Amino acid sequence: MDYDLGIYLHIPFCRRKCNYCDFLSFVPSPETVTAYLEALKQEMALAAAAWPRLTSFPLPSVTSVYLGGGTPSLLSGEQLQDVLDGLRRHFGVAPGAEITVEANPGTVDAAWLAAAEAAGANRLSLGVQAFNDRLLGSMGRLHTAREARDAVSLARECGFSNVGIDLIYGLPGQSLADWRETLAEAVGLVPEHISCYGLEIHPGMPWGVLAARGEISLPDEDLWEEMFGFTDSFLTGCGYRHYEIANYCRPGRESRHNLRYWQRRDYLGFGLGAASMVGCRRWRNHEKLPAYLAALETGKLPVADGEEMTVAEVLAEVFILGLRLLNGLDLERAAREFPEADWPRVRQTIARLEAVGLVERCGPVLRLSRRAWPVANEVFAEFLG
Amino acid sequence: MDQRFIRNFCIIAHIDHGKSTLADRLLQHTGAISEREMVNQVLDQMDLERERGITIKMQAVRLEYQYPEDELVYQLNLIDTPGHVDFSYEVSRSLAACEGALLVVDAVQGIEAQTLANAYLAIENDLEIIPVINKIDLPGAQPDQVKEELEKALGLDMERTVLTSAKLGWGTPEVLAAIVKYVPPPRGNVREPLRALIFDSYYDSYRGAIPYIRVVDGEIQAGTIIKIMATGKSYEVDEVGIFAPARRTVPRLSAGEVGYLAASIREVKDIRVGDTITVVDKPAAGPLPGYRPVRPMVFCGLYPADGGDFDALRTALDKLQLNDASLVYEPETSKALGFGFRCGFLGLLHQEIVQERLEREYHLELISTAPNVAYRVTRTDGQVVMVDNPAQWPPPGQIAMVEEPVVKATIISPTAYIGNLMDLTAQKRGRFLQMDYLSPERVLLEYILPLGEIIFAFFDQLKSRSRGYASFDYEVAGYEEADMGRLDILLNGEMVDALSTIVHRDKAYQVGRQLVTRLREVIPRQLFEVVIQAAVGHKVIAREAVKPLRKNVLEKCYGGDVTRKKKLLEKQKEGKKRLKAVGNVEIPQEAFLAVLQPSGGQGR
Repeated sequence: MDYDLGIYLHIPFCRRKCNYCDFLSFVPSPETVTAYLEALKQEMALAAAAWPRLTSFPLPSVTSVYLGGGTPSLLSGEQLQDVLDGLRRHFGVAPGAEITVEANPGTVDAAWLAAAEAAGANRLSLGVQAFNDRLLGSMGRLHTAREARDAVSLARECGFSNVGIDLIYGLPGQSLADWRETLAEAVGLVPEHISCYGLEIHPGMPWGVLAARGEISLPDEDLWEEMFGFTDSFLTGCGYRHYEIANYCRPGRESRHNLRYWQRRDYLGFGLGAASMVGCRRWRNHEKLPAYLAALETGKLPVADGEEMTVAEVLAEVFILGLRLLNGLDLERAAREFPEADWPRVRQTIARLEAVGLVERCGPVLRLSRRAWPVANEVFAEFLG
Repeated sequence: MDQRFIRNFCIIAHIDHGKSTLADRLLQHTGAISEREMVNQVLDQMDLERERGITIKMQAVRLEYQYPEDELVYQLNLIDTPGHVDFSYEVSRSLAACEGALLVVDAVQGIEAQTLANAYLAIENDLEIIPVINKIDLPGAQPDQVKEELEKALGLDMERTVLTSAKLGWGTPEVLAAIVKYVPPPRGNVREPLRALIFDSYYDSYRGAIPYIRVVDGEIQAGTIIKIMATGKSYEVDEVGIFAPARRTVPRLSAGEVGYLAASIREVKDIRVGDTITVVDKPAAGPLPGYRPVRPMVFCGLYPADGGDFDALRTALDKLQLNDASLVYEPETSKALGFGFRCGFLGLLHQEIVQERLEREYHLELISTAPNVAYRVTRTDGQVVMVDNPAQWPPPGQIAMVEEPVVKATIISPTAYIGNLMDLTAQKRGRFLQMDYLSPERVLLEYILPLGEIIFAFFDQLKSRSRGYASFDYEVAGYEEADMGRLDILLNGEMVDALSTIVHRDKAYQVGRQLVTRLREVIPRQLFEVVIQAAVGHKVIAREAVKPLRKNVLEKCYGGDVTRKKKLLEKQKEGKKRLKAVGNVEIPQEAFLAVLQPSGGQGR
């Protein structure tokens, strides 16, 4: 049977926190980095040993690996090599597996890129965010637009044939014209993949505080929708597929690791706060470094909490995640996989949404209609309990 | 008990002038409760009462007091009175059970509207009034000025005035002595057939409805077969007793005394306040004067937020009514809200209390429609109907005349705010009656106001236009002709029955405008545009629109986020459950009260 696994490795280090960031990351000391990487390798060893007990199946081969952060490019070439070697020691990484490393412009040079390539990375995801130094400065980014452009061409020179860039829109003080410029610049670099995220404001972060005080003004939902719609038509016109709500790619260049999340295929997450999903189980690691390190020191997996989902809950996830994709989800396959679910009710929900034009069916495939994309939560919520 | 040694009295005061604290002091001083047992405001029992600092249900407490002048022991019955205009009939009946009243006035605030309303009631009931000027320990106390105001406004004998600080216990002995000295003893005849006034009641789940009574003539004891005069129903008395303040049975209650009786009476409806109790075998010739059935003044629809709770709501209302004879309700159906009840209340406070009790004690989530009054509509065929529900408003062509209930309102305010208050009363279609200066700084205004205009927001507006200084009270004053019509609200062209309201035609445009503006603020964006219209008859007089929802999507959703994102979606779904689907438009519960809350201004 065809069975595979994805692995996420979390590198929670940054040179500084950006003003909008709520990811698990911090500015580390060199000793912390060393200790953390040792713990990470230890965790992989423990997890590989625990796998048969967890599933009663032998370890499947790993077809996607994703090093996310934080800023994984803060690791040295040797450290990166060491981590990926550690992974390969305990897990069978399939030949041709997609191995993505996130990197920030301004933290990568030719030597590092070459080392990453040599360590096995074959996909680079660059946190560009904007091609506008004024906006980059206000976000608290430590790089310029120029450095972002340089990072892309450098990556090409070092042999990366699969490069993605992340962009943010809806920034305080960002006009539609600013966003068009950023998109045009992005397209000019011909990346294989572009992620476009509307800014989310989180209460604890510097911008959350300013927004609560009314000191920064954020775009209203009409401007947001205009930006979302423009992105879709512009990038689609430039030959990109809008394959997921926030993601675009050249044909065939979907992020295979991320597809796994939306298609609900198994993955293990290693590192601080990393999340895992196997079948109907989800669990998550400790988010505080001392707790994470302490668990591993005593030879235990650093799991903080988890849940065992019911069939109904899993099926809800199948819809909530699968409908994020342009290709939607295969209802026949879902019916085969979850025969015991309450299908009459699910079909009723689908019929209701179809009647108001929020979803459409195409053979066995169910997907969001065009107009539903910007309001997809209205659809997702319908599939919950 | 020899009636010469009985004194029945009550305490009347404006809210917060210290009535409950003074009552506590009297209990303490006469040893009815010890320092240790002393919980502040013993007489206010219900949580709700304590939270709101007002008295809703009254009680009667017997105090034994040795009068220093003659060293004899007197029986003092303190009859507590509710402190809100909604319950003014109940106040009048408890006053009727007394011979004297302590009129408590705050030495800093002076006379307030409620002080006067209560004092007038006491005078009407021929009570001897003892002025008590309280809070004299406060730095701003002006007892002399307060005395002057009392003398001027009420023509009271100020010789009897007692100065107190109930908080510190000052003046308590003087108050007790004044009660014996100035309040006349009861003058009933113990040999006459029994006549006892019901001045309050409560429901005890073990012993049924328990009336509080004042025996006027004759006597009553366990075994007596009594008859309730208005209903004609008879019961055998199981027990008579008093509160001191703990419940205590006594062998009998005789002329002049105050207490309770238990007779396995099923509902408080059977023992209405103001009714007379007599004996079956030798009944009194006639009832005591002053009984009238209580009529609800304010009406609204109460609906369970969850349609499945209809039966639970019915059960809860049935239970509440056991305890509250003035609550009336009947089932009604709304296209928008489903099955619910049309409920009648004595006033807005009564409504709030009932609603809060339903929610708190019976764990019901309720949607209420905007309150309205009952109109007297004369139809073109000459038939007169009372309409307490906008849904039952006759078509305009069938209406010959509409009369609305009005009240006589008393407002007391510092002179600086007269202009503001006159402007407010004009907006509320008030008719000026007269103005009196209580002192060079304070003025008393009297108006006839439509009850429908004061049941919402009036009190808050009065307070805000007088910086909190004006006080207000009213009494019901009959019906007056008015040009009223029904204002309807349409959502995407469909009328929402639960949002209809009765308005004066001169104000229809203004109210319609306010309503649609407010609704635009509270109705969340939906997947399509929502057009909100206000209409009188077929004529649309105001329009607003809620733009369609443009954004509702979690853009970032990766492996680590799924659990958190699901929680967000669940929260969103929970929020939606609180919306009510009307046609294909989903509206929040607060929309049904939109007419009460003029547009905030800081909306979107």
